[in-house]
Amino acid sequence: MLRFIRIASLVAAALLAAVTGYVYLTRGEAVVSVADIGGPFRLASANGGVVDSQDLAGKPFAVFFGFTRCPEVCPTTMAEMSAALTELGDQGKDLRVFFVTVDPERDTADFLKDYLSSFDPRIEALVPTADELAAMARAFRAFYAKSPTSDGGYTMDHTATVFLMDRQGKLASTISYGEEQATRMAKLRKLLGV
Amino acid sequence: MRLFKELAFAATLSLASIFAIASGHAHEIKLGDIVISHPWSRPAPMASDVAAGFMKITNTGTADDRLVSATAAITGTVQLHDMKMEGDVMKMSEIPGGIVIPTGQTVELKPKSLHVMFMDLKRAPVEGEQFKGTLTFEKAGTVEIDYEVTAQAPEAH
Ligand SMILES: [Cu+2]
Repeated sequence: MLRFIRIASLVAAALLAAVTGYVYLTRGEAVVSVADIGGPFRLASANGGVVDSQDLAGKPFAVFFGFTRCPEVCPTTMAEMSAALTELGDQGKDLRVFFVTVDPERDTADFLKDYLSSFDPRIEALVPTADELAAMARAFRAFYAKSPTSDGGYTMDHTATVFLMDRQGKLASTISYGEEQATRMAKLRKLLGV
Repeated sequence: MRLFKELAFAATLSLASIFAIASGHAHEIKLGDIVISHPWSRPAPMASDVAAGFMKITNTGTADDRLVSATAAITGTVQLHDMKMEGDVMKMSEIPGGIVIPTGQTVELKPKSLHVMFMDLKRAPVEGEQFKGTLTFEKAGTVEIDYEVTAQAPEAH
């Protein structure tokens, strides 16, 4: 009987986790405010040194999970964020945007730095170890997985959302892939309070 | 400065559309029953290692055909991929066996969808340039094409 209860509670926990994940994935923002997304991190920066979320207290920031061998979602998102930052101009001068690689195996700091040189300098790459990445993705409810290809290599599936974090390091809102530029600007302005 | 950028951008766009009109038919390639229209690719960010190719492929024949492989001058590694959004997650996968082009139909390779995937780039596609590639179909055979490199999806024509 005890064993049955244990198994049943495991099943219930798994179901709950699955449903939570499903609701988040399908509803996006609806559930985001309920879920406690985000959390402390301390990661190596491609620009040198480390970025510690404690040092970000009092300043809003944005987080995106991606990889450089991404043909569309990542360069498009970075180009759109660059355009948004340009439009914000001085009003967004303190906004830091972090590109966290989900492919630390291949995305070296140097490679990431070169890659991001095509975009706004406020976008900074963070280079986690495999363990750091797993922890950060868990905190942000972000998904990433390798998808093998026939040449023996792989590409990455990953969450394409930009997470907007407020001055307390809590999730303020998210920008989905392909969202209208006007909506993106409105969310960023609200985040910055401008 | 911003005004200048916007003007330059607008000028580029209108130049691009004139170019597209002028060269419209040059971008239609026929190979047996297969018609390929306007192959294009986006300029890649600096230091990027990948890019994607897009086009429309029409099968005017009476039997299904299949795009089985592709090559490109910018890399030795080319694959046929599909991309989709599942909720907020971008998923990209290689299509085993290639892309079926059903008889009488047009299959569009486009952003957020089917694409020719260029990996381990020897050189990145640069805006305004073209690069060569080939497509091999199971029935129609192999054809050489030119990809136009442009940030904006070309207008249908
Ligand atoms: Cu691909």
